[in-house]
Amino acid sequence: MKEMIRVEKLNKSFGDLHVLKDIDLTVNESDVLCLVGASGSGKSTLLRCLNFLEIRDNGKIIFDGEEIDPKTHNLNQVRQKVGMVFQHFNLFPHKTVLENVIEAPLMVKKTNKVTAVKEGKELLEKVGLADKFDVYPSKLSGGQKQRVAIARALAMKPDIMLFDEPTSALDPELVGEVLETMKDLAKEGMTMIIVTHEMGFAKEVADYTVYMHDGKIVERGLSKDLFNNPKEERTKEFLSKVL
Amino acid sequence: MIAGSVFDFGTFISELRRTYPFFLEAGLVTIQLTIASVLIGTVIGVIFALLKLSPLKIFRIIAGTYITIIRGTPLIVQIFALFYGFSQIIMLSAFWSAALALAVHNSAYIAEIFRGAIQSIDKGQTEAGRSLGMSGVMTMRRIVMPQAMRRAVPPLGNQFIIGLKDSSLAAFVAVDELFRTAQGIAAGTLNTMETFIIVGIYYLLLVMIFTVIVNAVEQRMAKSEK
Repeated sequence: MKEMIRVEKLNKSFGDLHVLKDIDLTVNESDVLCLVGASGSGKSTLLRCLNFLEIRDNGKIIFDGEEIDPKTHNLNQVRQKVGMVFQHFNLFPHKTVLENVIEAPLMVKKTNKVTAVKEGKELLEKVGLADKFDVYPSKLSGGQKQRVAIARALAMKPDIMLFDEPTSALDPELVGEVLETMKDLAKEGMTMIIVTHEMGFAKEVADYTVYMHDGKIVERGLSKDLFNNPKEERTKEFLSKVL
Repeated sequence: MIAGSVFDFGTFISELRRTYPFFLEAGLVTIQLTIASVLIGTVIGVIFALLKLSPLKIFRIIAGTYITIIRGTPLIVQIFALFYGFSQIIMLSAFWSAALALAVHNSAYIAEIFRGAIQSIDKGQTEAGRSLGMSGVMTMRRIVMPQAMRRAVPPLGNQFIIGLKDSSLAAFVAVDELFRTAQGIAAGTLNTMETFIIVGIYYLLLVMIFTVIVNAVEQRMAKSEK
């Protein structure tokens, strides 16, 4: 089993607020890991530290065997390998669905246009939106937007995908289609770290689940163990509230 | 001047018909002056907007100082400074010293318009660009700027209309635009009120044409997002 990403003693503060406290975490290739916990527990910040949208104060982030230091590494290159899906989709409103998907391959990877378009359409096919390639994001439902956002991240052929509450901004009836798409990705062996409030999804799809509280990892384990037999009191308390 | 003839409708109509060739010619100069100053002003404005948003403090200070000075001094002072001052160093024609002064003056306001527009773009757009591996500059150029440009169109249109009317101050450095032409005609005929109402109508017409164009651009941009 190949190690994909490892975090050692990661700390992050916003001013006086100590958001992440000595986080240790390892994710292997093809693992699907869910981060759960109350709002403000630091799970989104942890995710954002992993692709350096937030820069950690101290601690190590080791990606594919190499420690990444924002001072010496080209973060733009690192981020090409780390796909990110946001709560609010963040699609580019001035570009069509297909243009959203092929923007980074064209501009960053300098893929030629014919290849980029072909691959982009294949990805849209995969997320079930092949017929929407020519419309602008404003014409899509929330669930469709999020599936385009997933295709856009996949277009860079990342080694790992990060999901930051991908279904929290969706109407309840649209959550399913996004979770289905993510489930398909998991089945294909994509390495995924998912911040979510969808406990059913975490239990069913994630290999591992991590419960965070107040900037610390309280408990980690196989999803079935964590959900069925939580060891820590805090985890039990949290699960009793959300399940 | 004969009492009771401050404004005479008959004179107004006959002057309107007599003077239109002069005003059409002068109107062309006003349009050239406006377009030149607005285009140059937009380029300078974008540069200073980006400087003001720069992570480097020195750039922010330079841009802030520039905007403060330009917005804090009268346009006519800037025009005179450029025409009488710089003309001693580089020979600038009256047209170009006025056009440049107008451009610089407009650029300070345009810089603030662009700064506001860029800052109004959701931070998530930048994060999405960066998360795909795009550099900061590329994200600004490909993702943020095109959206900010759209948002800047209405206030820019407004600024262009102000710029069009402000171009009348070029009369004071002897550019033969609309207002100076009106001054010349009024001085010759002494039909003061009629002449200045006529020139006012020309400005109004130009502003209305400009407004139609700005609205069309706005609608076209809105359409391309649907």
